[in-house]
Amino acid sequence: MNERHPMDKLLREDRIPHIWCSGCGLGTCLTAFITAIQESGIPLEQMCVVSGIGCTGRVAGYLNLDSFHTTHGRAIPFAAGLHLANPSLKVIVISGDGDLIAIGGNHFIHSARRNLDMTVVCVNNFNYGMTGGQGGPTTPLGSKTTTTPYGNFEFPFSIPYLAAASGAPYVARWTALDTRRLSKSLGEALHKRGFSVVEIISPCPTLFNRFNKQGTGLDVLKSYQQNAVIQHGADPAKVAIERDGKIIVGKFVDIERPTFLDMVKERLGDKFEIPWEKLERKEVTVPSADE
Amino acid sequence: MESESGVLRGEHFLSGNEACAEGAIAAGCRFFAGYPITPSTEVAEHLSERLPEVGGMFIQMEDEIASMNAILGAAWGGMKTMTATSGPGFSLMMENLGLGIMTETPCVLVNVQRGGPSTGLPTLVGQGDMMQARWGSHGPYEIIAVSPSSPQEFFDLTIKAFNLSEQWRVPVLVMADEVVGHMTEKVTIPEPGTIRLTARRTPRVPPEKYLPYEPDADLVPQMAIAGHGYRMHITGLTHDRKGYPVINEEAQAELVERLVEKIRKNKHEIVEYQEEMCEDADVIVCSYGISARTSLLPIERAREEGIKVGFLKLIVVWPFPDELIDELAGHVKGFVVPEINFGQISLEVERCAHGKARVILVPHAGGGIHDPEKVLEAIRRAAA
Amino acid sequence: MKEASTAEKPKYWRTPLDVDKLKIPHGKIHIIKERCKSCGFCVEYCPRDVLELSTEFNSKGYHFPVATHEECCVNCKLCDMLCPEFAIFSEEIETEVEKVGK
Repeated sequence: MNERHPMDKLLREDRIPHIWCSGCGLGTCLTAFITAIQESGIPLEQMCVVSGIGCTGRVAGYLNLDSFHTTHGRAIPFAAGLHLANPSLKVIVISGDGDLIAIGGNHFIHSARRNLDMTVVCVNNFNYGMTGGQGGPTTPLGSKTTTTPYGNFEFPFSIPYLAAASGAPYVARWTALDTRRLSKSLGEALHKRGFSVVEIISPCPTLFNRFNKQGTGLDVLKSYQQNAVIQHGADPAKVAIERDGKIIVGKFVDIERPTFLDMVKERLGDKFEIPWEKLERKEVTVPSADE
Repeated sequence: MESESGVLRGEHFLSGNEACAEGAIAAGCRFFAGYPITPSTEVAEHLSERLPEVGGMFIQMEDEIASMNAILGAAWGGMKTMTATSGPGFSLMMENLGLGIMTETPCVLVNVQRGGPSTGLPTLVGQGDMMQARWGSHGPYEIIAVSPSSPQEFFDLTIKAFNLSEQWRVPVLVMADEVVGHMTEKVTIPEPGTIRLTARRTPRVPPEKYLPYEPDADLVPQMAIAGHGYRMHITGLTHDRKGYPVINEEAQAELVERLVEKIRKNKHEIVEYQEEMCEDADVIVCSYGISARTSLLPIERAREEGIKVGFLKLIVVWPFPDELIDELAGHVKGFVVPEINFGQISLEVERCAHGKARVILVPHAGGGIHDPEKVLEAIRRAAA
Repeated sequence: MKEASTAEKPKYWRTPLDVDKLKIPHGKIHIIKERCKSCGFCVEYCPRDVLELSTEFNSKGYHFPVATHEECCVNCKLCDMLCPEFAIFSEEIETEVEKVGK
């Protein structure tokens, strides 16, 4: 098998095929992400991917960029350090719902509050996949998982709501099916100054979808087609996902807000020489992509 | 990213925590991420003011866990980084200290110890984290820890910690205590050009030939920095020389053994202690941190009483100077180990003495320094 | 720029004014069989029904897709974008005869 895929140069091809299950949406998310970075115009040398623990966390291991596979929940503070040490780096956090919102929840909200300049891609498959399908902070009410055998009785987080309330200036949600819009949104998120969050709803056919009798990965993608509704600009407070209900997707928040470093410069720029000013990433303009 | 201007020089009257902060700056540290916790907060406060003056970055993170991770990330971004905490925060940092060890990330973690366990005595001294410093994170590993006994030492040893962390690519712990952190004394800061600093070992090969975890002869690999085109993969999972996760026994043996041997084989270059009057000694008082300093009076009194007592201060506590203790145990009657806990480093002394000399612990629950009488009593018992 | 074959004209509900200038792109499909995990995304979402799962399988036991109607491929790249395994991609090619699909 000598055939190579055009994206192979951005993959650590000695590690392909990857470990994700048949029908898992992560490969599709990764493809969309690679499309986005290729089209972004941002030099690949400046890109750093930081991930946590979980199936989504494995993304870092497959991308042929400076990539960091850190501990559970701690991708965001690690990325914060990386960013602040060298603001010319484009730092992207790719991790799962449990990693970013449960154990990593505190870091998520504080980094959004500070508006640290990084892009956070949260792949939401509604459970902890890597460890066998336990319930997590986004598991819909009533769903079955290995730690909620009687049906989940906890209310889940709405990630866009959490992100927006914490101050993220760019919040979007897409499903793994809608790859073109997803890639464009990822591209916007990459170019957005500040803490941009893109949630991707993705199948977990081996675990969550199986436990909840939702069929194969393909069946779940078809259900996205039925249930996903694009509502750009929807109120993030009103986009919670109901079990077997509508999935509202689109770009919910896209505002301008000074980043952490903007505020540092504002306060300290007059008093001190701030060397990192010289390291500002050269912005590349890309036509905006609203659909 | 570095600026010479603003680095202090000359003689100053500083508290230990302030001296630590200045030591970090003198060592080239330009990134601090921390969380306030008594009695280490002054390190963070001082750096929040001083780091912008030298072109560095200070950030107060949301908790100690974030702080530990931020300093790891910033190290991979190319900076010399540090955090400071005390007991409760030290416990929180343990998991990610392991990440730093596994990924071989240079950074410095200062623990200004206080009374424990748990919330304990936030404003008062303790030395109860010494074993945690060695074994606090999970899994098998070796770590380097230094212990200052004065503000001047706190300054000097912080610099030493940075140098050791860069040389051996391992997080280095500065195990101070509340008394050393809060006492104020004269600190002499040398001219910046005269301070010996160890530079990061960056790759000597181009990206196509670079393997992130291919060790040099001293078992330390070259460290690429993010953003320079090396496209490395760094993970906390057991990994091969390419940095890719490999989950099997062979990879574990190759990697973890090297991480351990990296410190053990190079121990002779790392271990440091101060030995006085030990040649003719019948008893040696062995200690570290503030307890080493408070041993000086009892030693003087004991000498006046005619007891031949020597003084051994551990400057580098981990790795522990096994061979030294073993050798000394051969010609003394006993060791006296005063420490502000119920026996931690004394266990190491006992272990390394191999039964050749008795080891008398002078414990202290915390909250104060040792009563010289108690140490003197122990010296008399050891000499008997 | 190729004319549609006289054998089968495209069925328009209204003939576009620029029908003579229309160029329907054409794609060649590459399938990296060993990477496929038979998820079925490409087969399902190909708008021209070019693909179907083969009866053969790869060394892991997965039935990979084959392009049974490759001539209908218009290089939309949906298979490429949806495939989670980097196992299929299309590239644009020129052809002699345009044939509109099913």
